[in-house]
Amino acid sequence: MSLDAILFYVFAAVAVLSAVVVVAQRNPTYSAFALIVTMASLAGIFGLLGSPLIAVLQVIVYAGAIMVLFVFVLMLLNVQEERRIEGGSPAFRWTAVGLGGLLAVQVTVVLLRATRDGPAWAAGFDASARKVAQVLFSAQYVYVFEATSILIVAALVGALTLARRTGK
Amino acid sequence: MSATQQELLIAVVKVLVIFNALLILFSFMTYVERRMLAFMQFRLGPNRTGPLGLLQPIADGIKLFFKEELMPEGANKWLFMAAPAVAVMTAFLSMAVVPWGGPVTVKGREVTLQIADLDVGILYIFAISSLGVYGIVLAGWSANNKYTLMGGLRSSAQMFSYELALGLSWVGVIMLASSFRIGDIVAAQAGGFWRWNFVTQFVGFLVYVVAATAEVNRTPFDLPEAETELVGGFHTEYSSMRFALLQMAEYVNMITVSAIGANIFFGGWLAPIPALQAPFGFDLGLLWFLLKMAAALFFFVWLRGTLTRVRYDQLMHFGWKVLVPVATLNILLTAAAVTFLR
Repeated sequence: MSLDAILFYVFAAVAVLSAVVVVAQRNPTYSAFALIVTMASLAGIFGLLGSPLIAVLQVIVYAGAIMVLFVFVLMLLNVQEERRIEGGSPAFRWTAVGLGGLLAVQVTVVLLRATRDGPAWAAGFDASARKVAQVLFSAQYVYVFEATSILIVAALVGALTLARRTGK
Repeated sequence: MSATQQELLIAVVKVLVIFNALLILFSFMTYVERRMLAFMQFRLGPNRTGPLGLLQPIADGIKLFFKEELMPEGANKWLFMAAPAVAVMTAFLSMAVVPWGGPVTVKGREVTLQIADLDVGILYIFAISSLGVYGIVLAGWSANNKYTLMGGLRSSAQMFSYELALGLSWVGVIMLASSFRIGDIVAAQAGGFWRWNFVTQFVGFLVYVVAATAEVNRTPFDLPEAETELVGGFHTEYSSMRFALLQMAEYVNMITVSAIGANIFFGGWLAPIPALQAPFGFDLGLLWFLLKMAAALFFFVWLRGTLTRVRYDQLMHFGWKVLVPVATLNILLTAAAVTFLR
């Protein structure tokens, strides 16, 4: 096995195991830290696939910025272990089972297709920062990109307005 | 040996050299800091262990090894043990992309004096430093102590706020070099000290100095471990080697921000005047880089000997309402300059 393959299996195993911990763990703080580990291992896999830019962005945005807020709030509220709710309506449970089954089918189909058709990357595309920027700011995507940034600014202003509202 | 094996060997040697250099630099830095602080305060500092007290770091290391490891009651055992490891790992990881000198040719093979020459080098440092906060947060949260929890909370708020300013202070430099690769950023500053980024990106440089000081929790921004109000902050409950690891993470982080500052604002391995780059026939790049890094480290100690700690609300106010807007304005002006003047 090549070094890349070994590293891939290590990162993949860590990602899957910590993802299981995120769901199975009762203590929200543990879940948050397990999610950070998942994000970091995914970043490792992106790096192995030859895209350090995506790997680094994954860590900055998800493992760094977003999860730090989660952890901060969890620590501030000093959240305790979750307790399982007894009972619960059967409709809710069956909906969950149905959606879970749908997800399992989707994953299976994608895996089958991938093994049949081989890898799906475009040949000769290098995911360097320069190349990604050129695609992002090409006429095809630049308007969508700018629209997204306007949306984010609008969300920011909205959050500020809500936070500044006093009393009432 | 095949080419791959040679590459691997070179990589391993680089990792070993830089890792050990950092360990030595860390232990020596504790001595230098104590001595210099002492001189600034008209004291002598540690001067009994060996000539001039030079063996003090070794004595400290031995002492810490033999101390008792304490585990506070009600602490979260695994996370309490993991926290120093996380802190140290993230501290050492960011040094992987910092170049210590220009490319050198050894037996017809070009070797870069850095472990990994990523084309997103500076973003990688940003990513790793954003993970660094978890070590401190974990240490503060897992010890089941209100002082450590307060320290952990403060540090996550502080590091999160100042990380933003830190990242924004680099954007101007990145635009001037039009590359994320640290080697390219250094190369773009070639041609004498008046072309270094601390001249052309003076505002960015000032923002970087303030944000980096806050990022590594040094005076005047050492609120996560403010001893007058928080006992020892996030590391109150740590003893023995785990305490030493947390200290090590802190000093290595300080060395890292000094090295990055030397590289992206002071031309890294470049000499202040091009004629001094290789005056005796061989390249003095490593020496110039180490000199700049040492100056930056001295600056941190000097700050600690000079300034008092700021208040917490002042810190947050300054970070969000002064530093971030100034850095953003700097980006705007630099972008205009790059677009219209080039």
